[in-house]
Formats: sequence, structure tokens, C-alpha cells
Amino acid sequence: MLLLLLAALLIMVLITGLSIGAMTIPPGRILAALVQPLGIDLPWTAEAQEAAVLLQIRAPRVFLGAIAGAALALGGVLMQALFRNPLADPTLIGVSAGAALAAAACTVFAPAIALIIPLSPVWLVPIAAFAGGWFTVMLVLQLAGGYGRMRVEQVLLAGIALNALAGAGIGLLMLIANDAQMRDVAFWSFGNLGRADWHVGIMVILLSLPLFLFGLRFAPWLNALLLGEGEAAMLGIPVERLKRAAILLTCLAIGGTVAFTGLIGFVGLVVPHIIRLITGPDHRTLVPASALLGSIVLPLADVISRTAVAPVELPIGLITALIGAPFFLVLLLGRRNREAI
Amino acid sequence: MRWNVIMALIVGTCTIHAAPERLVCLGGSVTETVFALGSGSLVAGVDDSSTRPPEAADRPSIGYYRMASAEGILSLNPDAVLASEDAGPPHVMEQLKGTGTPVITVTGGHTIPDALTRIHAIAQYLGKEREGINLATELEQGMKAIPPVDGDPVDVLFVFARGAGTLNVSGTGTAADEIIRLAGGRNAVTGYEGYRPLTAEAMVTAAPDVILLTDSGLGSIGGPEGLASIPGISMTPAGRDNRIVSLDDLYLLGFGPRVHEAVLDLHRKLYP
Repeated sequence: MLLLLLAALLIMVLITGLSIGAMTIPPGRILAALVQPLGIDLPWTAEAQEAAVLLQIRAPRVFLGAIAGAALALGGVLMQALFRNPLADPTLIGVSAGAALAAAACTVFAPAIALIIPLSPVWLVPIAAFAGGWFTVMLVLQLAGGYGRMRVEQVLLAGIALNALAGAGIGLLMLIANDAQMRDVAFWSFGNLGRADWHVGIMVILLSLPLFLFGLRFAPWLNALLLGEGEAAMLGIPVERLKRAAILLTCLAIGGTVAFTGLIGFVGLVVPHIIRLITGPDHRTLVPASALLGSIVLPLADVISRTAVAPVELPIGLITALIGAPFFLVLLLGRRNREAI
Repeated sequence: MRWNVIMALIVGTCTIHAAPERLVCLGGSVTETVFALGSGSLVAGVDDSSTRPPEAADRPSIGYYRMASAEGILSLNPDAVLASEDAGPPHVMEQLKGTGTPVITVTGGHTIPDALTRIHAIAQYLGKEREGINLATELEQGMKAIPPVDGDPVDVLFVFARGAGTLNVSGTGTAADEIIRLAGGRNAVTGYEGYRPLTAEAMVTAAPDVILLTDSGLGSIGGPEGLASIPGISMTPAGRDNRIVSLDDLYLLGFGPRVHEAVLDLHRKLYP
């Protein structure tokens, strides 16, 4: 029931995302522009520029928003299950911090890097961010016990330390950055879906797909993990492999997302909580519902970011926190009142 | 130099197309040049840094030119985008080209030769070569009219302020460094390139005779009184003699078509 409702909402949000933007395009022409490539001709047609905006800018952006939102939310679900900690989110294992540090380094040292690697910063920064995120997570896993038994509290602490280290690194880079580079780094760290095109969309969905499939397939195991690692192991679940797979797949999906969108906070932390407040902690519902809600929230936030002060765009990370946090507080208060009764 | 040639080629190929009727200008000096060439009526949109001339500021703004959004620009329905090479982010410029909107890039440099190149490139694109030559000549004449400095030059320290917490001092290689030199002053800080955060001790060591800011920078720290309250300032010759100079941001640092006026203005403030 909830899943159907969320799916319906998702479709509505996707349509809204396609219809609204800085450039006003009448609904009929939007439809025409969308079906033209499929070989269907309507009695009216969209102007070439309108079609270009829709198909090359708006549609990939809505698509990327939906995928990224789902990946961030699901990453949050997995990390909260893994650490049995409501404060956990994908940033905890260091993937975002590592990605941010690499992206900042890439921006600041762009002139030097351009001499060695003849690649446009359009691709260099995402590649570096992905590599930086991956490297940091590997380091966290090594610090937390290498290939032996991985203790989640070790992962947590190593993650905190590496997060702090990466933060210091970014601080140092900002000192030597010029004004323009500083703005670029700040821009990146607020999150933005403006980078979207179809290549990016496809790449992010390929990197996120394993996480979705894993979450859906192993939801019962994640439920067992909530009881405690020992209990889950007694139920015959290969806990070590489960934990490692959860971290690696989260890193893959979040690393891919963050590389192209920058840091978008809040979604990974709070979307799973919102679903939990509605349906409870069963991962068989939590996983798909969180993914759906994530893919609703992010394109919705992006619509606001694109239109609130158009033609200027607001950073999307700002919007997710600005609308998400009060909404979450209302839910929390509602629950407190119910419990009081 | 090679850049100028490339730029001329880009602009050259673009002039084959019909002259634009709706232009979006990205970068204050680009906008100012378009207006100075008498083509202000073509400007359909600008960016936040386009504050001069006053008419430019009335046009819809797409935000800061380094953080433009493709759809925001396209919503103004331009038939061309005239951008400083610093405009971005790069993927937005790519997206614009992908939708068939021509993007014409001119140098974003901050030297007199860059300013002249910019004027000629934009003039050629707009088909206003004659106006461009006039404007460039005026600029060159204006620069020749800057009086020479006899004796010791004044030591000037430029502070880039964005609120009291973020005060950065210009080293070498910046627009501020160049304009100070052109106005006959001497940059008091030459130990590094670009900007570094201000520290009280470095301020005292640099011992500037004049502290230079932009109007918005000085405003962001609460005017001259706010500046005087910052540690170290009152211990410099500039702080003691209260020699604080501030000029409009784009006027002072934009290297637009009226840069010679800014240089003369600054020169008179340095050597009253």
C-alpha cells in the first residue's frame, strides 16, 4: 500500500520535474518533445530549443536526481542497519569525505594535473572523487581489521578519524586555493544536479544497481542483523561477508553519486527514519520504500532549487535540509505525542 | 598571445552567423564592454558581477557567472551567450553548446592588453569594429595620460573582504596587483601569488601607506570604522593616517573599457 502510494508520488514528481523549470514550456509541447524521438508525431511540435532543453538538460537531471536520491537513501538504510545506529549515514564510512578531498585537490591543482593528464576537469573531478571515496573506504576497512573479522565499532571510529583528516585536508587546500577555486570547491560541496547528462545518468544507475539488488535480496538478513551480529550468525547468516558487501556496494553507489552531484546531505540520514516512523523497521518494506522516497525527495528538492529564484539556482543540499529537517521534526513530534497518550 | 589568436578565430567564425538580437553576457567586463560599444539594447540578461553601467544591473541576472545554470540562461531565450573565459562551470557551457546556443568566449584576463583584446573581440563579434577601435584608442590614450610618479611610490595593500571573518590580502599576479602598479603604487605584499588570509602580524610587517578595498568589501566589514577595529590595521602607516581607499568592485578590478578612468581615479587617491 505504502509502496504503491510512493510509486504514484514518484511518477507525479518526475512529471513535475519535467514540466517546471526556469524556461517555461507549455505541457503540450513537452509531450511533443518527449514522444518525437520515439517516432510519434503530434499535431503540434516543440521548438528545437525547447526540445533540447527538455531532452538534454531537464530529463537527464530529473533522472539523475531520482537515482541519486534512491542511492543516498538506501546507503543510509544499509549503514543504519550495519552499525545498528540511528545516526549512521553513508558519510560515516568516509566515502563522501574522501571524494570531497579528492575533488578539492583536483580543483586546486587543476593546472598542474592538466600537464600530466590531458583530460577536461568536467571528467577529471568526478573520476578523482570516485577514486578518493573508494580509497578512503578501503583504508577504513583496513584499519578496521583487514581481511579478518571486521568490527563495526572499529569501522565507525576509523571513519570518524578519516572524516576529520579529510576535513583538515580540504581546509589546507582552501588556504592555497584562489578565489575561483574556492568557489568551485564550495559549489561542489553544496551539491548540484546541474552536471547531469545521459552519460552521467547511465553511469550512476550502473554503479547504484548492485546496491538496490543487494538491499532487496538480503532484506531479511538485514533484519536479522538488527538483533546483533552474534544472533545473526547463529541464524546461519554469513555476517562478515554481509557487512563487507554492504560497505563495498554502498561505497560503489554513493561514490558514483557523489562524484557527479557533489555532497548532498540529509537524504541518506533522514529518509530511512521517515519510512521507519511510518512502517517500522522491517527491511523488506524499508529498503524499497526508502529508495522510492529518496527518489521522490531529490528531484522535488531540485525543482525548488531550479525555480525558487530562477534564473539563479540554489544549491540542492541546502533545499534538502531546509524542507527535510522541519518535516522530520514534525514526524518526530507526532510520534512523541502519540507515545505520550 | 596564442590565446588572442584562438579567440580571434572563435570570434571570427561566429561572425559568419547573423548578428545576435538577444545576448546573455557573463562577466562584468564583458557586459560593460557590450554597453560601451553601444549594443546595450541587445543584452537580454547578465550575471551578478555585471554592475556597470547602471542599465546593465536592471537586466535579469542569472546569478554568479562562475556558477551559471544552463536552463537559467536558456530561459532568457538568448540567441547567443557572450562569456568571459572564467564563466562556468565547464559542463554548463557544454550543455549550452549542446542545445545549439552559440557560446562566444573572450579573455577574462586582467591586464591592459587583455582589456584591449576583449574590446576588439567583442566589437568584431557585434560587427562594431569601428566603435571598438575608438574605445580601444580612448583607453590607450587614457593610460598614457596617467601622470608619472616622482620619488618613492606609495605602498598599497589590497584587502579582499567578504565579511569580517574572511579578509584576504592580495599578493602578486592578481587584478588588484596590476591596477596598483598601473596607478603608480607599489603592492606592499609580494611574497606570494594570489590571495592569502590576513594576519595581524603580516599586516604590520607589510606596513602599507594605503589600504585599498572594493566598496562592497569595505561595506561587508562595516566601513572604515570596522576596518580600523581589525587587529593590526591601526599599527600600519595607513591605519594611523587613516588612508583607506575604496572603489567600486567592477570599476577597480574588472579591467573593462573604462579601466583607464579607474587607474587615474586610483592614482589621484594615492597621490592627492
